[in-house]
Amino acid sequence: MAAGSTYEAIATQTLASTANSITFSSIPGTYTDLVIVAIGQGYTSPSYGNLQIQFNGDSGTNYSSTEFRENGGTVGTNRRSTQSNLFVSSFLDWGTANQNVGHSIINIFNYANTTTYKSTISRGNIPPYRTELNTGLWRSTAAITSINVSVNDTPINIGSIFTLYGIKAA
Amino acid sequence: MATAWTAIASTTVGSGGAATVTFSSIPQTYKNLIIKVSARNARTDVVAELRWTVNGNSTSYSNRLIQGNGSTVSGGTTATTLFYSGEINASTSTASIFGSADIYIPDYTGGNYKNVSADTVSENNAASAYATLTNGLWSNTAAITSIAFYYGGLNWEQYSTFTLFGTNNS
Repeated sequence: MAAGSTYEAIATQTLASTANSITFSSIPGTYTDLVIVAIGQGYTSPSYGNLQIQFNGDSGTNYSSTEFRENGGTVGTNRRSTQSNLFVSSFLDWGTANQNVGHSIINIFNYANTTTYKSTISRGNIPPYRTELNTGLWRSTAAITSINVSVNDTPINIGSIFTLYGIKAA
Repeated sequence: MATAWTAIASTTVGSGGAATVTFSSIPQTYKNLIIKVSARNARTDVVAELRWTVNGNSTSYSNRLIQGNGSTVSGGTTATTLFYSGEINASTSTASIFGSADIYIPDYTGGNYKNVSADTVSENNAASAYATLTNGLWSNTAAITSIAFYYGGLNWEQYSTFTLFGTNNS
């Protein structure tokens, strides 16, 4: 029996200029899970900001997350409750001329169901600053049809790449 | 939608082991690389570092890690001559147990520095089991054309497997 494709690229956005956010819209409900891979950097001076997302344009305080991180040799954890967006990882801020980039991998589970709240697991990789594993929750039973991605303290730099993948059940 | 994952190459170490496992002439037609590792090393210890380099180069690396071993959590940096992707089982760990690693290499042909990440475990049903999250940077703009896994001349043991996948963005 021929197997169908189970991991597909739904959409990619490569920034041709700096942008305050990017949006994946009209996400088909035909997959079981979603994965976003974000590669790039913010626009401001060397440090890192928060990569954050909103589902379906919801700006209510319906998001929470738990951060597990290593930062400069120190390990720690942080909670964010009752937030108006979902922290998924830190994101490198580096400016215009540096070739250093970080990447985040965001897994969004059972996104199309209309019964349960939606959860995420994400990995943040922010050289030379941090390594992270984070969890997130959107307290909504709505199916996810759009995802807005931004960084809290900076525009996203030119050349950054955001890809949305869909995973299908066998 | 195009299929996003394609198996490029796979190596299973044969009788007698192998000091180095290499993927060479990596096609430049994908956007990202993923490597799945199931391996055990001949080092006389419970674990060995999963070390690798790209393009035969041994300079300009940096690594950050967060690691738990069942009793403590630690974080920090490691060597600058290679990518460090955590600890996998070695010869004095319980027989037949192989460490596992999931390595992600985004935008491996791009013109920025190369930031990679890995989730690695070495379960042992005893003391000295590790879970490690790493994030490495190769400060070089060259496209990645080859990858070599090694541990100081000590062999990867028979039945170790290394599989290289390519993923597309469209």
